[in-house]
Amino acid sequence: MDKNGMQSGKRIRVMIAKPGLDGHDTGAKVVAYALKDAGMEVIYTGLHRTIDEIVRTALEENVDVIGLSIYSGAHLPLSEKLMGRLEAEGLTDTMVLVGGNIPQKDMEALKGYGVTEVFPVGARLDDIVSFIKKKVEE
Amino acid sequence: MKKPASDEFKEVVLESGITVKPVYGPDDVRDIPYGEEIGRPGEFPFTRGIHPFMYRKRPWTMRQYSGFGTAPETNQRFKWLLQQGQTALNVAFDLPTQLGLDSDDPFAEEEVGRVGMAIDTLRDMEEAFTDIPIEKISTSLTINPVASVMLAMYLAVAEKQGIPWKNVRGTTQNDILKEYIGRGTWIFPIKPSIRLIGDMVAFCSDRVPRFNPFSVCGYHIRESGATPVQEIAYAFEIAATYIREVLDRGIPIDRFAGRIAFNFDIFGNLWEQVAKFRAGRRLWAKVIRERFGAQNPRSMILRMIAGGGGGGLTIQQPENNIVRGAYYALISALSGTQTMALCSYDEAYTIPSKKAALISLRTMQILADEMGLTDTVDPLGGSYYIEWLTREMEKRIVACMEEVEKYGGMVKAVEDGYIQKEVSRQAYMKEKKIQSGEFVKVGVNKYVMEEETPQIEFHPFNPGVVEEQKKRLGEIKASRNEKEVGDALLALKQTAQTDENVMPHILKAVKCYATLGEITGVFKEVFGKFKEPIGL
Repeated sequence: MDKNGMQSGKRIRVMIAKPGLDGHDTGAKVVAYALKDAGMEVIYTGLHRTIDEIVRTALEENVDVIGLSIYSGAHLPLSEKLMGRLEAEGLTDTMVLVGGNIPQKDMEALKGYGVTEVFPVGARLDDIVSFIKKKVEE
Repeated sequence: MKKPASDEFKEVVLESGITVKPVYGPDDVRDIPYGEEIGRPGEFPFTRGIHPFMYRKRPWTMRQYSGFGTAPETNQRFKWLLQQGQTALNVAFDLPTQLGLDSDDPFAEEEVGRVGMAIDTLRDMEEAFTDIPIEKISTSLTINPVASVMLAMYLAVAEKQGIPWKNVRGTTQNDILKEYIGRGTWIFPIKPSIRLIGDMVAFCSDRVPRFNPFSVCGYHIRESGATPVQEIAYAFEIAATYIREVLDRGIPIDRFAGRIAFNFDIFGNLWEQVAKFRAGRRLWAKVIRERFGAQNPRSMILRMIAGGGGGGLTIQQPENNIVRGAYYALISALSGTQTMALCSYDEAYTIPSKKAALISLRTMQILADEMGLTDTVDPLGGSYYIEWLTREMEKRIVACMEEVEKYGGMVKAVEDGYIQKEVSRQAYMKEKKIQSGEFVKVGVNKYVMEEETPQIEFHPFNPGVVEEQKKRLGEIKASRNEKEVGDALLALKQTAQTDENVMPHILKAVKCYATLGEITGVFKEVFGKFKEPIGL
């Protein structure tokens, strides 16, 4: 993979999604800009998306990664729902990352649902970029 | 005087892009005439404050944001805050309520009672204010697209408590344009949303004269990434948009401008924020007088809550946020705000614990009672640096407002996503500066420590709240007069389709216990939904 996020000629496709009613989108947009600058293809869903809409977009856009951004405290039920729907659609290869206001104590539960990694408030943009590149390469 | 070599000093550039000199003196302020540009407090252009004696006469109002779970739970917290000496309430609603969804809506389920209290019908509002003397306090309702419904419920509660509407004091946040820019609780398209604001202003100026029907929030725009200059400039352009809506109804500016309120943010460089507020007061007075032709000086004053500061708090070393909060409160006091609220030190994590909320309240009380912040008006006025910086900020705010006007005004700029993009690019650039260490945040990119998981007491979320709230809603639905509700909703729909004021019909609907979701549903049917411009 080259420095532009290209992997065997294909750019990494990431969807940044805002599920539910939470309207805090600054973090989602900042991460989206960082991934774009790192050469990835970024699809941003906009606010107030249902889990079904997110899964549909993931299918249509054929994304490698879904980044869920949640600040309201509802990350556990929303992530659990998403993982269930992805499995039902056979999207088990899609990497799911969760960002936002996520307490340390909930990290394990999220990973238990099948979330690959959690990047809470304060995470470094470089770390998110390199994590995605490394994992997609694997 | 020998000029220092440029490499002797680190260059200081404020967030607003202003380069700061190491020393200021009389030459820097020579062409700022005291009379016209600064003036006495309480007199045009109000640079030093909107009242002649400011805090000497009455300290700032202290108003912490609170609310969670069900109305009865929130009622307990309200009473406790008032017992601790808080002088006003600021009500937090849960997200479903903020978006006009009932607690039994499938899209609401994960969010019921989480970030604020759930309100489905008038019954919830009645219980939230049980045994609270609402004629003695002012209440701020932090709600936007459905502010008209919450105002109607609050007025209905007042009526039931036997309090005449003319004595009801408070504010509905009701600034929909900033919701499209940051914060994100929008429902309807822009134009009908602004019409609802106009309806509320017209209704209040007639019947609830001590109520502020909207509070324009630079706050959330700043929290979403805007610079202090953009914060004020965008807020003023938003306010101008609402003013035009009301003027178009033939209501003269002096009839309602005195009730316009603002909500601004206080984190960042101390001097830059103080200058921002002083410049804001001066510029707003000029805008109202010159652009809108107001005659009454009361119309020209910038009344504000300056508080929060959440954007400056850090997850790392959270106790440092107590110290930051104290400095932010100092900024707010030095700025001459009317109302102050502070984010609590645990607020980067959770809904504030009682302990954290109390520390915030005590911080403000210590400033007011121990530190001399209420002794004299605008103590920084006349400082070479502050007066120079106030003027620089004013110039830049004017230029930023002109950019918006040139683009075609705030409605178009938001519809196209232009403002959203400006603000989110700014957020990205700042985050990059924080991550590179160029913009210092203690504990984040300087004096970093290996930390244990911080001892934060998380606000316990009670998953039972959803079922409880659904049960409460079910009981109301079973006991109300369905025909009355149906008639009220139909009348509301017919009115929404015309230019007539919808407020009396919303009142009628809430009084027969129509739900928030039912009323919002009527508006969705008539107005449609906002289409978010998604561009990065």
